[in-house]
Amino acid sequence: MFNVSALLPNNPMELTGAEILIRCLQEEGVEHVFGYPGGAVLFIYDELFKQNKVQHILVRHEQGAVHAADGYARSTQKVGVALVTSGPGVTNAVTGVATAYMDSIPLVIITGQVPTHAIGLDAFQECDTVGITRPCVKHNFLVKDVKDIAVTMKKAFYIAATGRPGPVVVDIPKDITTAKAEFRYPETIGMRSYNPVTRGHSGQIRKAIQLLMTAKRPMIYTGGGVILGNAAEELTRLVRLLGFPCTNTLMGLGGYPATDRQFVGMLGMHGTYEANMAMQHCDVLLAIGARFDDRVIGNPKHFFAEERAIVHVDIDPSSISKRVRVDVPIVGNVREVLLDLTKQIEAGKHEPDQEAMKTWWAQIELWRGRDCLKYDRASPLIKPQYVIEKLYQVTKGDAFVTSDVGQHQMWAAQFYKFDQPRRWINSGGLGTMGFGLPAAMGVQLANPKAQVACVTGESSIQMCIQELSTCKQYRLPVKVVLLNNKYMGMVRQWQEFFHGNRYAESYMDALPDFVKLAESYGHVGVRIEKPEDVEPALKEAFSRKKDLVFMDFVTDQTENVFPMVPGGKGLSEMILV
Amino acid sequence: MRHIISVLLENEAGALSRVSGLFSARGYNIESLTVAPTEDATLSRMTIVTSGSDEVIEQITKQLNKLVDVVKVVDLSDGDHIERELMLVKVRAIGKDREEMKRVTDIFRGRIIDVTDKDYTIELTGAGAKLDAFLKAIDRTAILETVRTGASGIGRGDRVLRV
Repeated sequence: MFNVSALLPNNPMELTGAEILIRCLQEEGVEHVFGYPGGAVLFIYDELFKQNKVQHILVRHEQGAVHAADGYARSTQKVGVALVTSGPGVTNAVTGVATAYMDSIPLVIITGQVPTHAIGLDAFQECDTVGITRPCVKHNFLVKDVKDIAVTMKKAFYIAATGRPGPVVVDIPKDITTAKAEFRYPETIGMRSYNPVTRGHSGQIRKAIQLLMTAKRPMIYTGGGVILGNAAEELTRLVRLLGFPCTNTLMGLGGYPATDRQFVGMLGMHGTYEANMAMQHCDVLLAIGARFDDRVIGNPKHFFAEERAIVHVDIDPSSISKRVRVDVPIVGNVREVLLDLTKQIEAGKHEPDQEAMKTWWAQIELWRGRDCLKYDRASPLIKPQYVIEKLYQVTKGDAFVTSDVGQHQMWAAQFYKFDQPRRWINSGGLGTMGFGLPAAMGVQLANPKAQVACVTGESSIQMCIQELSTCKQYRLPVKVVLLNNKYMGMVRQWQEFFHGNRYAESYMDALPDFVKLAESYGHVGVRIEKPEDVEPALKEAFSRKKDLVFMDFVTDQTENVFPMVPGGKGLSEMILV
Repeated sequence: MRHIISVLLENEAGALSRVSGLFSARGYNIESLTVAPTEDATLSRMTIVTSGSDEVIEQITKQLNKLVDVVKVVDLSDGDHIERELMLVKVRAIGKDREEMKRVTDIFRGRIIDVTDKDYTIELTGAGAKLDAFLKAIDRTAILETVRTGASGIGRGDRVLRV
């Protein structure tokens, strides 16, 4: 007896860790990887170079890589992939990882690490990647053996995409990328410690329906879970079947068509009057894929001053009864639960109380009549709201809109009417300035023919403006809609309302000439200073199918976002215009 | 209220820090935490003693379950259970105290496991309250050093936590 393979000097089936890693990406059907090379990932880049199935997009900063992968994932429901080197590559990427974590976006982030023998010795460009990222990932791995790469990558993609999605970091030491092992990619993966639920409990679903049918003032409140769970169609069907009012959170916009009569607008700190009033005064609340966060329900004590029964559907049990007590919790995939709800309501003999519904809708229409989003249309200055309205018209409501964070984000959310899911792409949970432009790159790569607008502010855009260079390299015709008021607008607004008009450090002096800046990156730049030039500029920009057009809209510096629920106040205690 | 939570988790590097990191990140209390591999070397078992309102405890068990390395979570305080903690105490044992120390140790069913002419090292096992009582029963000034493991817990009767 002897072992044949032991006699062969080089097993031809053996691949290096770097080769295995690239093969894993190919097996997962990954088409784009956003990244930035460095010492610890040189062998991985070498293997990327030798193949052409996986295209690498070279960003200008690792934060941009993760945001781009994030935008890619949000717009497609595929898992986004980023690749960065050890040490500063990782720390630069952390903001992107935390952004994706807060919004539950499926990403796999591959990070280089110093060789295993150097770990813990404060080697050049070493950092404790697994330790640093642990609080802001769904899961992370440090691969210590080349034989584990394939199964780890399979797990990473599986964990990222299933259950409540999220980013997964895979940290690979340099020596593991040169060591060899046989490559076999597992077809399926089972993990005894990870079994996300799908179907909701049928008894709970029955209870929910009983409650919904007794409602006099019902409300349907949905969040990012409907988008992530691909349940927009199912939600729309249920809402229409019931005839109830529906509101979306910032993360949930596009889950229900914004142009529909039953849609009462976004709710929360900058939600519409009608949405917040209906939320506050409803007697039965159906919450779907949303988490009652502080920007949505305001002061929880005030919220509970009025009695209401709550049905909460979410895939993550820890989201239920976290901030508010819930009467009927339903843990499950929102799509499955919505299908079950609809099926049982259609089969049942009960229907909502039509008399009560008439009264309730009359009340909502009264609130709606308050016209809370009105603004001065006769102003000689460009109103930011007007720019978004025109953007909506010019793109026929069909664009992908990414945004940064601040006033412009709220105006985009309020004034661009999203009728489809995955069209509104913003950092809702972490609130990351600098997200918009790199996210737009990812969206444009994933949707080459689509109109992609990045609505931003002069402060946010400067946090990742270097990515204009990436847009040039890959000819990404993103349309940058810069609402330039020379202030960190949302900071300024809070200072005006709550800090006695003391505008501490929120005015930004010495801004660059954005037109020249865009041009220096090889793009088209244009400054718009008069309201009558807004629409022509947008039309011109979107007619340039191949160019990135950077539109610097000089807007009214004093404009504020209304309605506003001040911090610590109740939902119905809005400041109105 | 005090709760004692048992966790079965993958015996992998970093699993402990995922749990401890969760508690510190979300501001949960940890009174004690013990962990060691089980008879199945791929699994570790952890006992966490914590306190909080019902809402907080519910979140703790949900958040623990959400960790990818965690296989099972049981709040032992939901039913009958036994908990034991081990304590080693080094005490000064000279003159007439030497005999007294031996007597108290016997009363608490402890054992003297190391002896010099000046001190004893005593091993004591029991619920936390018993260990506290022992420390109260002996002369405080005689205590040179104490070390406690924190509680380990197990369900009574046929309550079993396994994969």
